[in-house]
Amino acid sequence: MSSLLSITKLTKEFGGLTAVNEFSLELLPGELVGLIGPNGAGKTTVFNMITGNLVPTRGTIVFAGNPINGEKSHRITARGIARTFQNIRLFTDLTVLENVMVSCHFRVRSSFLSAILGLPGYQREAKTGEETSWELLDVVGLTHLGREKAGSLPYGQQRRLEIARALATRPKVILLDEPAAGMNPAETESLIELIRRIRREYGLTVLLIEHDMTVVMGICERLKVLDYGHTIAEGTPEEIQNNERVIQAYLGERRLA
Amino acid sequence: MNQESRKSAHTHRWRNRLLTLVSLGVFALYLLWAEHNASDYVIRILNNTAIFVTLAVSYNLINGITGQLSLGPNAFIAIGAYTSALLTLSPAEKQLSFIIEPIIWPLSVIQIPFIWTLVAAGIVTAFFAFLMGFPVFRVRGDYLAIVTLGFGEVVRAVANNLQTITNGPLGLKGLRAYTNLWWSWGFAVFTVAVVVRLIKSSFGLAMKATRENEVAAEAMGVNAFRINMLAFTLSAFFQGVAGGLLAHLITTISPTLFTFFFTFNLLTIIVAGGLGSTTGAVIGSVLFSFGGEWLRAVEEPMEIFGLDIPGVPGMRMVIFSIILIFLMIFARRGIMGRNEFSWDWLLERSPLSRVFRGGGK
Repeated sequence: MSSLLSITKLTKEFGGLTAVNEFSLELLPGELVGLIGPNGAGKTTVFNMITGNLVPTRGTIVFAGNPINGEKSHRITARGIARTFQNIRLFTDLTVLENVMVSCHFRVRSSFLSAILGLPGYQREAKTGEETSWELLDVVGLTHLGREKAGSLPYGQQRRLEIARALATRPKVILLDEPAAGMNPAETESLIELIRRIRREYGLTVLLIEHDMTVVMGICERLKVLDYGHTIAEGTPEEIQNNERVIQAYLGERRLA
Repeated sequence: MNQESRKSAHTHRWRNRLLTLVSLGVFALYLLWAEHNASDYVIRILNNTAIFVTLAVSYNLINGITGQLSLGPNAFIAIGAYTSALLTLSPAEKQLSFIIEPIIWPLSVIQIPFIWTLVAAGIVTAFFAFLMGFPVFRVRGDYLAIVTLGFGEVVRAVANNLQTITNGPLGLKGLRAYTNLWWSWGFAVFTVAVVVRLIKSSFGLAMKATRENEVAAEAMGVNAFRINMLAFTLSAFFQGVAGGLLAHLITTISPTLFTFFFTFNLLTIIVAGGLGSTTGAVIGSVLFSFGGEWLRAVEEPMEIFGLDIPGVPGMRMVIFSIILIFLMIFARRGIMGRNEFSWDWLLERSPLSRVFRGGGK
């Protein structure tokens, strides 16, 4: 099977600092891969390069056979890569429903003039967008909060809304940046359930950054470990758990007395 | 949504449309009455109000809805005013006005009906805004504000020096007072209708998303540059037409009319009304136009407790500023915040709704 997202020797330098060094990854369709590592390892920088927020210094990103490095963020989203943010970036003053509807806008083919005139073509598209958004709110379990301001939601629900919003772009690959951060064990459990479910129902390929080991060990099929921008290990969760270098990176060097 | 709530939403929509039409009809009757019975002074204020409504509502589209602090509407109003004025003046009038250097061909011979000059004003201004948008939207925030401020000054300076087109500091005089209540209010209502419909569409949603968080909006597939450009250009179109209306209301235009002070007044209006609220922009314009006139009373000489106080010119601006300061202290997000007027709110949730429901449930 050929890979859906193929990243080769991706490097990002900020002045003298190499945030990510020669990162490579082959993501097969339907896979669920975890990206882990201590704080500042460069995980989010990898996400930012894939989604076009940052332009890579070197290296290539090929999605579904097309090179996408250096492309604008919204173009990459239109190609089928969606993401959530580590530091939640909802449209806080819009309602929960509107947050999801924003993601349907880029598929609107009608011009702004037909939107102003309320022509049938536009109205059909708007209706589809709204219906899709309600459906996705149902998937993440936020239907009853649809008319509330997004900023008024508790933390855990804001994270779920981020996922709904990303799904509304109809992605093939979804990048989840610490989806369980700040969640309690019960919320984490239901998040794991949600990730499993959307992956099954929408045939998604998932790349996930996470610190919560329940999530990582619970659902990831394959892990990649970053430390100071370098890939220090990769393999199944079991292999990673017993890897010397990973333990070193997380806990520091074992001192021999 | 279930069948029932969908059906009630449908009847609500028709009720609201009917109420809007009826209110517009009543307002039109008032204008008809005012046209024949009100004094010239009142009519002048009404016209001013309409133009400010147009300007504030369209300015709010880029500043409040899309969240890009543009400080260049004075440039757009100027471009619209000059475009329209140059096209309504007759060739003979233009020859008479341009005493230092003659006006260039083909402007020297063109004269077209008022309505087409307004269309031209809108299109020319929108085109300028479109060209300006490319450099402007390379930057954000304070930088965007400064770039647009700069453009505003450039346009004024060009108007001052482009003798063969704008007649320089002499300006254009003797324009016909084509702008009446029907023109000014007709276009104000048209602007509000277009802007409101745009805001309610998915384009409006994309604009608000860009305002709330541009990085996230882009990540959700919104082309922020295009959506900013749309708001900017459309806003300029309305401001251009309003410029044309303004020119044919005051009948004399010169570069000094279009200084940054004009932009500052508009900014005051939309901030006081509530940045991001069309209703707020309308309320702000009405208060500004009428308030400014009512406050003229404080500049008259008066007698308080036996003390003779001579008239102080500029006193109303002082009071105006004090009102603004209080507004910023007690209602930091303006009169309306980001809320909009709706019939549903008036009939179901406002204090007035109790009256309509006969004491309420």
